[in-house]
Amino acid sequence: MCLLVTAALVTAERLTKHFDDFVAVDGIDFEVREGEVFGFLGPNGAGKSSTMRMIGSVSPVTSGTLRVLGYDPNTEGRALRARLGVVPQEDSLDLELTVEENLTIYGRYFDISRRDLAPRIDELLEFAQLTDRRTDRTEPLSGGMKRRLTIARGLINRPDLLLLDEPTTGLDPQARHILWDRLYRLKQDGVTQIITTHYMDEAEQLCDRLVIMDRGKIVAEGSPRNLIAEHAPREVLELRFPVGVQDGIVDQLEGVASRQEALADRVLLYTEDADASMNAVTARGLVPEQTLVRRSTLEDVFLKLTGRTLVD
Amino acid sequence: MATPLALRVVEANFVSYKRVWKGTAVSSFLNPVLYLAAMGLGLGTLVDDTAAATSLGADSYLEYLAPGMLIANSMIIAAFESSWPMMSAIKWLKTYQAALATPVGIAGLVGGHFIWIAIRLLLVSVVFVGVMLAFGAAGLGDGVALVIPAVFVGLAMAGPISAFTATRQTEQGLVMLFRFGITPMFLFSGTFFPISQLPGWIQPFAYVTPMWHGVEVARRMAIGTATTLPIWQHFVYLMVLFAVGAWLTVKYLRRRILP
Repeated sequence: MCLLVTAALVTAERLTKHFDDFVAVDGIDFEVREGEVFGFLGPNGAGKSSTMRMIGSVSPVTSGTLRVLGYDPNTEGRALRARLGVVPQEDSLDLELTVEENLTIYGRYFDISRRDLAPRIDELLEFAQLTDRRTDRTEPLSGGMKRRLTIARGLINRPDLLLLDEPTTGLDPQARHILWDRLYRLKQDGVTQIITTHYMDEAEQLCDRLVIMDRGKIVAEGSPRNLIAEHAPREVLELRFPVGVQDGIVDQLEGVASRQEALADRVLLYTEDADASMNAVTARGLVPEQTLVRRSTLEDVFLKLTGRTLVD
Repeated sequence: MATPLALRVVEANFVSYKRVWKGTAVSSFLNPVLYLAAMGLGLGTLVDDTAAATSLGADSYLEYLAPGMLIANSMIIAAFESSWPMMSAIKWLKTYQAALATPVGIAGLVGGHFIWIAIRLLLVSVVFVGVMLAFGAAGLGDGVALVIPAVFVGLAMAGPISAFTATRQTEQGLVMLFRFGITPMFLFSGTFFPISQLPGWIQPFAYVTPMWHGVEVARRMAIGTATTLPIWQHFVYLMVLFAVGAWLTVKYLRRRILP
């Protein structure tokens, strides 16, 4: 058996970003290795996008060290950006132009000759499932199509590292699944990706490894599976009680599960065996209006580590 | 060999421009035709040629007006190109954000922006001069040379206005700029009548406008009227305005989109 030690494409040590007095990123350490999909999971304002912007060399590092593809983003930004692909949170497409023109302009920013661009654009339109929209104006495209075009645009220079900031925020479920499929294909092709998201299902689906961020700090790190195994029991029993009743009941649930969290509209019981816990609840004479048993997710990990939910 | 960064941005502008070039070509032809016909020939009939010769130093009002109109046209196009499309690129479409993720960088972006405006100014001014020649409002040699002050005035507008746009959070400031800056400048910087006709306290306002400097130069080149300052000083003033504006544009844009 051969153990491959893959190179780190991104290394951050005590990486910090200040905006005046506000500390957006507070001394974080992480490493992204070649070929993996690495995620930053956290609520809005956790510092994910600020971190992404520093990696992408569009926001100066305040302190700490950051190396991306061997470059210092503060001083070697131009050389670095030539090898990065960026999919920003907002599509930032020129809506007046055609699908193809958006790709052409972007390719020219990288100084890819028109001759080399033509086959590359064919390939990318195929990948983004936009071949038949090639000469259409961009403005009327659906949100999912625009997003796929933005991803195609980010791939125009065959980047060594693709940065995706909230890739599926605002898309409907079907469009999200199509997008995930495309990103998965990229991973199969060996494209290293860094993704920020506040959707735990997205992080679970896509990321090999991730860090959970909260208020500028990293609160946990690992693969989605390991994080869940480490921080949350296997199953979650969600109980919903009639409005106004929940507050009085929380105390009576003590002990039926290994841990409990009372949210505004429901109580979550963390347990290795949801059926046993449910039996214990009914044995105490408590009758919830609704019950739901599910697997633990990263959302639960986040809740445990920060005491808050990811999406408010 | 690598294409200079600013030229990649100019090329992108050309791709966008291809969609609208017909419309702008028609208006850059129609504008001078309409203005020179209405003001130069129509209104101009009220100014008899002797009066034109004594008080304006031209053979006709049309001859007096045409170089001023050329400069005014350039001034307005430059003001437009450095406000609304730039606001859109910063805020609405965010295409600047997209470009900054590439090797282009802020210097390439701003450099390309100004080179593109210079090209636009050159094209509209050439068309304008063509119309002037057709109206008999200038001779061929003088007419072609007039393109030079037209481009300089445009850049002297584009520099500071781009910097202003880079600081605006909403389009409200741009609306105000056109209402209280561009329109008065158009009317009171010597295009239609000498600014010596204005009340004394208003005249200094005209002296600081790039347009007045351009009109002085253009009129001297076209009909030989004396300029207030030596020609080179007018040009230096325009270049300084552009340089300061361009420098501030880079500074404000960097602060805004590369925080």
